[in-house]
Amino acid sequence: MIRSVLAQQSRSKIENEHPASSPLSIHDMTVAYHRKPVIWDIDYTAPLGKLVAIVGPNGAGKSTLINAVLDLVPKASGEVRVFGEEYRKQRDRVGYVPQRESVDWDFPVNALNVVAMGLYRKIGWCFPVMRRHRQTAMEALDRVGMADYAKRQISQLSGGQQQRVFLARALVQDADLYLMDEPFAGVDASTERAIVEILRELRERGRTTLVVHHDLQTVTEYFDHVMLLNMRLVATGPTSEVFTRENLRKTYGGKLALLDQVGHKMTLGESGG
Amino acid sequence: MSSVEKRIGFALLVAVIYLGNAASCIAEPLDHSHSTRPPARSLSRDRLEWPALSDVKRTLLLRDYNTRIVAIGTTMLGAAAGIVGVFMLLRKRSLIGDVVSHSTWPGIAIAFLVMERIKTDGGKWLPGLLVGALLAGVAGILCTKLILRYTRIKEDAALAIVLSVFFGAGMSLFKAVQYIPSGSQAGLNHFILGKTASMVSADVWIIGEASLAILIVIGLLFKEFSLLSFDDKFASSQGWPVFRLDLSLMLLVAGVTVIGLQSVGLLLVVAMLITPAAAARFWSDRLGRTTAIAACLGGSGAFCGVLLSAMFPRLAAGPVIVLTGALFFIISLFLGVRRGVIVRIVTHRRLKTAVGRQHILRALFEYLEPHCDPAAPMSSQLVNHIVSANELLPMRSWTLKRLRHLLRTAEKSNFIAVVREGGYRMTNRGAELAHRVVRNHRLWELYLIEHADIAPSHVDRDADDIEHLLAADIVESLERLLSERYPHMTVPPSPHAIDSAPGSTIRQSTS
Repeated sequence: MIRSVLAQQSRSKIENEHPASSPLSIHDMTVAYHRKPVIWDIDYTAPLGKLVAIVGPNGAGKSTLINAVLDLVPKASGEVRVFGEEYRKQRDRVGYVPQRESVDWDFPVNALNVVAMGLYRKIGWCFPVMRRHRQTAMEALDRVGMADYAKRQISQLSGGQQQRVFLARALVQDADLYLMDEPFAGVDASTERAIVEILRELRERGRTTLVVHHDLQTVTEYFDHVMLLNMRLVATGPTSEVFTRENLRKTYGGKLALLDQVGHKMTLGESGG
Repeated sequence: MSSVEKRIGFALLVAVIYLGNAASCIAEPLDHSHSTRPPARSLSRDRLEWPALSDVKRTLLLRDYNTRIVAIGTTMLGAAAGIVGVFMLLRKRSLIGDVVSHSTWPGIAIAFLVMERIKTDGGKWLPGLLVGALLAGVAGILCTKLILRYTRIKEDAALAIVLSVFFGAGMSLFKAVQYIPSGSQAGLNHFILGKTASMVSADVWIIGEASLAILIVIGLLFKEFSLLSFDDKFASSQGWPVFRLDLSLMLLVAGVTVIGLQSVGLLLVVAMLITPAAAARFWSDRLGRTTAIAACLGGSGAFCGVLLSAMFPRLAAGPVIVLTGALFFIISLFLGVRRGVIVRIVTHRRLKTAVGRQHILRALFEYLEPHCDPAAPMSSQLVNHIVSANELLPMRSWTLKRLRHLLRTAEKSNFIAVVREGGYRMTNRGAELAHRVVRNHRLWELYLIEHADIAPSHVDRDADDIEHLLAADIVESLERLLSERYPHMTVPPSPHAIDSAPGSTIRQSTS
């Protein structure tokens, strides 16, 4: 009850500050690695306060899209607006969860300190991590159900637990827009449930979340909106309208076996509710 | 192959290379058969003599002014190098140290030539040479970065190209230096392998100030450097200037290299950066501690090396410092409390013993289970039965030899007792543990069936793999599940038929 009131408050706050401005709008963006374009002419406006799945085959440029939004790779053309402004002016409002494989988990650091890294920007240059920062980090760890593992060295965590630590690192930032690169890749069932719960909680609080997602079977269950991507934007909109066989065929091309499987699942889902 | 193993392998390789290097440095003057070397040295200098006891005492007590100076200077250098090395190692930039050190060589030669131009005989001015070295080292790093940014050449190739081209250029320039009359006596070649003994108090001041500056920078940017080393992508998305941070880390590396040129020389200075850092990793899983340990190992390694070379005047200090560092590394590799080889072996053996013990006790329990009255307390009934090894053999797929061994170890730790020849009985202690083990195993089976959708007939094997590692909180939640389902039982019934019913000992003859 209280939560929903808070959610409404924060939602109205966002709308007042940025009337009619989307959390993320991409105009005509092309990204190329060494002259070979990876994504072409992307035009996209993310809906406020929704859970969006970015779906597409391997090499479709899903991660590249996120990296380009975050200025991690240079854009060949186009521009990106985050809450109506350039990304570098809105960094505090954007939380990022990189792919789990992108770092060396053998690093000598414990889970709590990894989460605290999400606060480094707030702490600022040269200042050390204080007790209250650790406390904030601890709360975030608790939210993802990892409080008992705070002092574990990160290589001793399972893949799912590592993913939760990454999620907690983004959560401490308390951002308004979250970009997550395959948070569900290679995680156990309980972690998947925990992540979904966090995603729904974020939505309840009016936050917008874009998630690169691989498992087509769960798209309709987890996400309100979907962005189908294969180098170009194939389709985007509410999952119920856009996540169709036809669009998936356009996105994935000839991989029919896979499509039939999903189609089967979808018809089952539709008939069920 | 995990990255730790790669790192260990790399560090070992470094150690081996330096062993060879150092050996050749020591052997060099002794090698009279080499045709290019003029046999002008006196023979008496060529013998490696054991020092007199008084000399050893003098050295260890640091009575010599010169030894004192050199020891202080190199210890500070070693500590600073160790600290910077930790971040290089974690940033996976171990080889950039090599690039920097080799790149300094043309800088030194050019600095000498320029200063000689300005003032005859002025080329030996040390700060000038070091500035030249630093600039060239930075140029080397920048070249590598540029190659990586604007071409598709991979990092290892870029490093190799820059390293060899700069060193080659340095060698050509060095020839030019030697044609100048003052150049041939300037002793520039000492920069290659170092000449620690020539260190004077002014040098120690330079090293001290530089080390302090490095320490302050690392202290201030500790948080930033650790984020950079762990996850540069995230750092970049947060708006940290990753490129500039990277560059400042490289500048610190260049700084250490330059102040280390004189003592250990440009070929070996990279060992002072990497070896203590790699060794420290075996002792701690925390960054702050790892850094402190690396500083201690680097400092004390350098200190010991200097004292050794002071005792044996024929041994050049640089290589000896590298060797003591390698020795510390090898000691850490075996004894390190976090990831040392011995710790790993011990934990592995402990786990193996525990698993073996649990297997034997569970076999005993399950063999006896049908004979016991489930209503009465289990453990008191368990101790009353006598079982032979042959009866236990069909309970698991184990050989008689392995079973006998397990029985012996269990007997030694007083879990079972020998009643008569070949007849075993559980002790109270054993019965208690068996009770707990079987309970955990069944709980785990329950969990697998409940949550992982594994067919009951397959569950025994799967449960075997992980039951020994069950965390306390999982056991707790399973116990709750158990008490809901079987309120009156402490050990749930097996969800599958136990493979060998008692009395079916005949089966072993078929196998």
